[in-house]
Amino acid sequence: MLERIYKAQSLMNAAYETLERQINIMEVCGTHTVSIFRNGIRSTLPKGIKLLSGPGCPVCVTDQGYIDTVLTLAERDDCLIATYGDMIRVPGNMGSLETKQSSDNVTVVLSSEDALQLAKDNPDKTIVFVAVGFETTSPATAVAVKEAATEGIDNFCILSGHKLVVPAMRALLSGKNDKIDAFLCPGHVSVIIGFGAFSEIVEGFGRPCVVAGFEPLQIIEGLGEICRQLAKGVAELKSIYTAVVTEQGNTTAQKIIDECFDVADGYWRGLGKIEKSTLKLKDKYSHFDALKRFNITETPGEEKKGCRCGEVLCGLIEPPQCKLFAESCRPESAIGPCMVSSEGACAAWFKYDREKKQN
Amino acid sequence: MKTKSDKILLAHGGGGQLSDELIRHHIVPRFKNDALSELADSAKLKLSSESVCFTTDSYVVKPLFFNGGDIGKLSVCGTINDLAVAGSKPVALALGLIIEEGFEFELLDTILTSISKAARENKVAIVTGDIKTVEAGAADKIFINTAGIGERISGVDLGFEKIAVGDKIIINGTIGDHGMTIISQREGIKFQSKLKSDCAGVGGLSYQLLTKTKDVKFMRDPTRGGLAATLNEISRGSGLSIEIRQADIPINPTVQTAADMLGFDVLNIANEGKFVAVVSPESADKCLNICRGHQLGKKASIIGEVVERSDIPAVEIETLIGGKRIVQMPYGRELPRIC
Ligand code: SF4
Repeated sequence: MLERIYKAQSLMNAAYETLERQINIMEVCGTHTVSIFRNGIRSTLPKGIKLLSGPGCPVCVTDQGYIDTVLTLAERDDCLIATYGDMIRVPGNMGSLETKQSSDNVTVVLSSEDALQLAKDNPDKTIVFVAVGFETTSPATAVAVKEAATEGIDNFCILSGHKLVVPAMRALLSGKNDKIDAFLCPGHVSVIIGFGAFSEIVEGFGRPCVVAGFEPLQIIEGLGEICRQLAKGVAELKSIYTAVVTEQGNTTAQKIIDECFDVADGYWRGLGKIEKSTLKLKDKYSHFDALKRFNITETPGEEKKGCRCGEVLCGLIEPPQCKLFAESCRPESAIGPCMVSSEGACAAWFKYDREKKQN
Repeated sequence: MKTKSDKILLAHGGGGQLSDELIRHHIVPRFKNDALSELADSAKLKLSSESVCFTTDSYVVKPLFFNGGDIGKLSVCGTINDLAVAGSKPVALALGLIIEEGFEFELLDTILTSISKAARENKVAIVTGDIKTVEAGAADKIFINTAGIGERISGVDLGFEKIAVGDKIIINGTIGDHGMTIISQREGIKFQSKLKSDCAGVGGLSYQLLTKTKDVKFMRDPTRGGLAATLNEISRGSGLSIEIRQADIPINPTVQTAADMLGFDVLNIANEGKFVAVVSPESADKCLNICRGHQLGKKASIIGEVVERSDIPAVEIETLIGGKRIVQMPYGRELPRIC
């Protein structure tokens, strides 16, 4: 293992020497961020290699407006909110789902399938599934919706907050942060969309995209590969997560997504409105769309005062640059979602790399 | 009048005939010992040491039964371990049961049997106790409180103030087994059957360690908050920093997989049959060998050492790939992540 680490490090060194400037590599996915911190990878990187955490934590990129919609629905006695655990602590303008959990209106589920089961078990309530996540979770949501439709489970609906990874990368490069030299692309999303999906970034923006798994060695070798390309002045599409990621991805899952969802413009925290970046239920499933069922219009929400999650998500600042970091914003009293989610950059910094500040 | 019921009724805690039956038929025969048989208001104990350790803990685990144990075994082992790591030999426990009306007798009997088995195996007596019943909904099935007394081992005096730079940190086996078993069972994870709680009383092993060597300085059981919490407590308490090596921390691979799946850090996950011992560098190997020679210490390992503090006392880990990071005091409960 050590030999492979050394090899990757020498590629990084060589790139820094060739380019004679800091190299900014963005890890798009929150799972990468956590693994990088948990394994102390930053501390092993040669000088000049800088990692930026990207917009790949599903909870973090979810717009405040969406959160507030969920909280409003949680107020209704006829609704039961089914949500992934990560979401329940995100603060909105009216507390968080966790504070509502005691009223029995909120249940944590591990999958969309569990949410559907809740609907079957509670026929007198409308189950609203808080459907967030990238292409890793959207196929499962689609399956649940299709099943609800076939079985006629009318008291089930979803509030789709599903997002697509590639449009966010495109949006970053076309405006918010063009300092990004290359992307370390997420393994599990690539299993679904295929590494071919990133060719748009490689060809359109000339940035290397390397897909890697979440093991520390994969990440280090991924960074090595990126640096090899940067030193040579080329931008290529490459997957080093060959065991599970193919160029086409999982076409069955893609088909299920296509059957249920239309690609639409949508709001992201920090990135604003991005063209063709979110998934909305197709008209034929509109019955299962919480927005339509409860007649809600989507509006972008306002970020909490002082919270710089938006900039964190774009890789523009590091969490300690936020004045609230580790002061009033801490995991137990989080102000923004990046501190709430276990995959959020602020939480990872706080947990694994906080300056040795007294608690 | 005799009422037969296969469920606990409120009257079972009422102090009347039903309570009496419950105690005489279900409790006393299982925990036979002189102090208890008297059924007096308090137990009279003869202790061989002038100084004792005294502790209490309450158990509200869900699910009540899990692979490797149940709430009964846990309530005995947990309190025994608290006594053991304080440098004492556990001798007697008091048992308090709070039972929800409607709880099945069959389950109660299983739990009581498990309590008596754990007590016997760990050579402690259940010398007194109390039963209360509450209306349905006022408790979740059964809550258990145990209080325990341990005789302090002569010549042993553990404390943060004894800890010095260079001391070694020992753990007596794999971490995270208990917590991951409970979480997986609760979340219905597929391979839950492969996980098993480490629930066990470490009194026997700690007694050996404390009597056969002279250089154990501090011990603590890494329960809630896991190894991360315990190491941070040691660091704060001693005012020194701690460095550990990931490669040396024993972890059962299934526990690691389950934790990865749910996005948990195994360092933060609870243990129920483990202790962390801080020992002098000279005695570290001897301590390790004593542990490894015991059933509950086969996978014991020296995981790191106490070092000079830089700025403030902190716990740092060297990861498998040679990176370094801080190990924080865990906060609140961990939430499974989305994907
Ligand atoms: S530290 Fe807290 S307030 Fe600051 S950006 Fe992160 S989540 Fe927002």
